[in-house]
Formats: sequence, structure tokens, C-alpha cells
Amino acid sequence: MSAGMVIVLSGVLVASACALLGAFLVLRRMAMMADAISHAILPGLVAAYFLAQGPNLLAGFLGAAAAAVVTVSLVEGLQRTGRLGEQSAIGLVFPAMFALGTFLVSKYFASVHLDTDAVLFGNIEFAAHDTLIVGGRALGPLALWLMGTLCALNAALVAAFYKELKLATFDAGLAAALGFSPALVHYLLMSAVSMTAVGAFTAVGAVLAVALFIVPPATAYLLTDRLPTMLWLSVAVGAASAVGGYLVAAWLDASIAGAMATMAGVAFALAVAFSPSHGVVARVRRLQRQRLEFAAETLVVHLATHAEGADAVEESAVAHLSEGLRWTPEFAQRVVRWADRAGLVRQTNGHLSLTPAGARRARETAGAREMRRG
Amino acid sequence: MSAFVEFLGDYTLRTVALGSALLGVTSGVLGSFAVLRRQGLLGDVLSHAALPGVCLAFLLTGTRTPAVLLAGAAVSCWLGAAALFRVVEETRISEDSAMGIVLSVFFGFGIVLLTFISKRGDAAQAGLSTYLFGQAATLVWENVVTMAVLGVIAIAAVALWYKEFKLLAFDPEFATSLGYNTRRLGLLLTSVTVVAIVIGLQTVGVVLMAAMLVGPAVAARQWTSRLGRMLAIAAAVGALAGLSGALISMSQPRLPTGPMIILSLTALVLVSLLFAPERGLFWDRRCRRGRRLRRPAADTAEEGAP
Repeated sequence: MSAGMVIVLSGVLVASACALLGAFLVLRRMAMMADAISHAILPGLVAAYFLAQGPNLLAGFLGAAAAAVVTVSLVEGLQRTGRLGEQSAIGLVFPAMFALGTFLVSKYFASVHLDTDAVLFGNIEFAAHDTLIVGGRALGPLALWLMGTLCALNAALVAAFYKELKLATFDAGLAAALGFSPALVHYLLMSAVSMTAVGAFTAVGAVLAVALFIVPPATAYLLTDRLPTMLWLSVAVGAASAVGGYLVAAWLDASIAGAMATMAGVAFALAVAFSPSHGVVARVRRLQRQRLEFAAETLVVHLATHAEGADAVEESAVAHLSEGLRWTPEFAQRVVRWADRAGLVRQTNGHLSLTPAGARRARETAGAREMRRG
Repeated sequence: MSAFVEFLGDYTLRTVALGSALLGVTSGVLGSFAVLRRQGLLGDVLSHAALPGVCLAFLLTGTRTPAVLLAGAAVSCWLGAAALFRVVEETRISEDSAMGIVLSVFFGFGIVLLTFISKRGDAAQAGLSTYLFGQAATLVWENVVTMAVLGVIAIAAVALWYKEFKLLAFDPEFATSLGYNTRRLGLLLTSVTVVAIVIGLQTVGVVLMAAMLVGPAVAARQWTSRLGRMLAIAAAVGALAGLSGALISMSQPRLPTGPMIILSLTALVLVSLLFAPERGLFWDRRCRRGRRLRRPAADTAEEGAP
């Protein structure tokens, strides 16, 4: 397998692992907790390095998980005192943990290769360098095994506790009433996040781990209202960002991790603009359509009101609408065209008349508007 | 005494200590408003959002003049804030997710630019990253002057719009009813906060900037319930943390300044959280224990058997 392939694959795996958990973080409004945890595991990693007398994967995971538990408990403890808000609590705890980690590194491990660059934007570029060796046999790149395991564990976790996670996320009160402990689910999710954060930390660094946890699920959240769809869409967006990021980075000869985050951002921006259900463009068009529909209903009521009177000929002239209904001539044209296409009015020699459907719509509208007013 | 003379005489020490103290004062004042508005992590988001601006400013002008790079940082921060508020307003994405998105995507894009610049092998790019990851030891007198000017501007802005910002922090609905445009006021306050963040980038770096805004404010809130005093105390706490962090880091080899500032600040916050009169948790605990001990007797005396 080529080095490029290993990088892309491990990127896809780590992005998928993050996206699976990130979907729940986004729905539970705990996005910034991912930020806090991915920074706060640094002292845990350093302590593990110290205790294991060198780089040790298992010790690293345990240290990071311990640091994550400390962070989550500290944030919650501080919040419970009622002296400060959630954001302030997070903003106090993780910089302190990160500062502690940086302090330990520069004071005691100045010779160790754990520099700020690697901490802040990872080194997925070297994914193909280390090989997993078990019993003297090379089993392929270590990064792939690591990220693959994380991805599989997270998928298994979500599959096994799907019901519990869903319930605790959307209705914590009901979950508690039914006998599931929302706190247990919370801590389960948090420890999974911290484990995954270690993988993401080594691949893309502390800050960009947040991009993988949050941006793909947020993008998916703009595209669907169903949890299963959201989960696989999150994974798809995350994987696509990883592949796209790799290509962009290769083209610019720039950081792969940074490019992955940027591509995820591009996907999110596209979803904000063009999502069929929740996008800005769709909303603007929906508003425009509603405006035209409302105007067309006004038009048919207007025509129905004047159909019998002596002024019927005058009031049904297209040219008269801008005066009678105070519309600009352009808007009047658009309304007439809309109503015509909807089969509500007929146009003959510059005069409008109601179709049977239009007359029915006029009665309904007049009734509905009357009721709303009364 | 001799230490003090040495302090005044040592150029590096004086520069770093003064710069850190200045940062503490400005971020203490502006952070107070952020914390009172429950936007404690705004500083974290905006400091990360500064990165692409610094890189683009360098790419476009080719200079490393602090004023140019800081202007780039400020513009980029401001765009990040605008993006954050627009996403929260226009979409169904909640505030915390929007914060994570702006933070990580802006930063990721900045990293792309930064690595792109460094691969070009430009000699001038060396040191660009100190603008972000904070190396107070690289501060020179010119930086301190820039920081002082920006700090004075930020604090003057707070003094000028003190009444409006106070209203915005405590009762935005009331402010609206009085005819103030709270959107515009919020944007103004955020813009002033951007100035404070830009000052801090070079000293403590993007990650630790979050605590520089939150810490002094949380500590100060413990000691008083009046805004004016809170601002003054936050400025003092920030300055003290900056000064002591700088001095501690200089006292021994291989102690980075930024993290030492944050650790000193954390210590100050902890002391304030525990021991401040009235709001201190330590007294709280003691009070409650006292009450619990007295409770049963009082209950039986007043109500008799349940």
C-alpha cells in the first residue's frame, strides 16, 4: 500500500470515528466539550509518557481517558457551584490542563519530540511510518490499525446503545423515568469521545479534532431530521472531507489536517446555503413562493368581490391591479402569471376572470381570513 | 531591592513582564463583559479565527510588520464573529456547534496557509507562528508599544460606551426597549474584544487566550457585585497573573511564559472561588454544615412532630 493511500485511509477512518460520536455531541449541544477534551488530554498523554518511560500506546489511552474524566468532572463541578456559567467553566478548565501539559513537556521532556506543531495540527503525514509488529510479524501501518479499531469500537458502541443514546439525547427526562440513567449514557459518551480524541489528536492535532467531531455532523444536521440518516451522512461528509482534504493538501503542498478541516468547512457552508430543507436559499425561495401565493389569493378574492358589481370590467383589468391592490406593475405581473399557472384565473384581452378553481379558492380564502380576523 | 533593580535593568524581563501585564489588564476588562453575557468561549473561538488573517496579511504584503499582521488578525477575527452570529441566526445549528465550527474551520484554513507559506521557503516567514502559539520571550519593545496603544484604545472604548455595554450585559431586552440597537452594540463590544484578543495572541497563543478572557472575570466576580469594581479587579487580577507568570518563567530555564501565566491565573481563580467573602465556596460549605447541625433542633421546636 502506498504512503498516500495509508494517509487517506487513516484520515477517512479517524473522520468516521469522530463523526459517529460527534452527531450526538451536536444534538446534545456539547460541541465545545469536544474542544475541551481534545485539548485537555495533553497532560494525560505526558503523564503516561512519564510513567511508561517512553511512548506507549495503551498508557497513552489510559492517561488521556483519565485526563478527560478529570476535565468533564471539573467542568461539571464548577458549573454546579452556580458561581459561573458552562462556557466560563470550560474556558477555565481546558486551558489550565493544556498549560499544565505544555509546562510538563517543556520542563521535563525538552528532548522529546512532542512539539507545539504536532500538538496543534498533528502529523497524519507520517501515518505510513510506523508499522504494527506482533510476534515479529509486520501487520501493516500502525495508524490504520489504531484508527480502524477506534472506528469499529465507536460503531459498535452506537449500535449497542443506539436506543439509550437516542432517548437520553432527545428526552433525558423520559430516559430517566424509564430507568436509563442519562448520567451513565453521558459518561459513556464522554469516555468514548476521549478515546477517539487520542486518535484524532495524533492524526490531526487538538484543534482540528474539533473539526472532525463537529463539522460533519452539523452539516448532516442541516440535511435531515432523522437520526439514522444523520449518522451515516455525518460519516459520509467526514470521509469526503478527508479525501478532499488530502487532494487539496497534495496540490498546495500544505498541511493535510488543515485541508481536511477546510474541506469540512466548505461542505458545511454548502449545506447552509443549499440544503433543500434547512438551507438559506431554500428558505428564501419558500418565503417568495408564500408571498406570491398569498398575493394570488388576495387577487382571487378581489376578483370575486367585484365580479357581480358595476365596476367588474374596470376592476378585472390587469393594468388596474397596481392601483386597486397597491402592487407595483412588475409584482402584479408576477402574481397574475403565478395565478394563471396555478389555474386560478384566465386572462382574455387584458381582463381577468376566475376559473371554477379560482372561485372556490376565493371562497376558502375569504372564509379563512375572516376567521383569522374575527 | 536588588531584584527590583535587576528587573528594571533587564531588557527582556522588563519587556515580557510589561507586555504580559498589559495583556492581563485589557483581557480582564473585556473578558468581564464576555463572561457576564455568558459568552465565555467567544475568546477561544475568535483567537483561533485570527490565524488565516495573519497568514493572508503576510501573503499579500510580504512584510512582518506587527501592525500589518495584527490588522490581518483583527479582520479575520471579526469575520469569524460575523460568521458565528450569522450561522446561529440563520440556521438551526446551536451556538456551541457554531462556535466549534468557526473555531476549527478558520484555524484549519489558517494551518493550510501557514504550511503553504513555510513550504515556499521564504526567509521572512520565520517567526510567523509565534503570532499564534505565543512566545512571550520573543516580545520586543515595539510589540509592547503596539500592545499598549491597542489596550488604551480598547479600554477607552469601554469607558466611552460604559453605560451601553453595562445595559447590554445585564438586560439586553431593556436596552432594546430604550431604543438601543442591541445587535449593533453587541457587534461593537465584540469588535473591542477582538482588540484584546489580538493583543494576547503573541504572548499566550491561541489556545490559552480563552482562559485570559475568562479567568480574571470569574475571579473578579467573586469579590464584588458591582460592574465598575469588577472591571477594576479583573484588570488587577489579569495584570497580576501576567506579571507573576512572566517572572516565574524567567526565574528558571525552560519554563514557557504563556502556560506559566495561565497557571498563575488558574491559581488566582481557585483562591477567589474558594475564599472570597460571601461568594467563596469554602464559607458556603461551612455555613451549610452549621445550618445542618442546627436544623433538627429548630424543626422540633417550631413544628413539633411531623
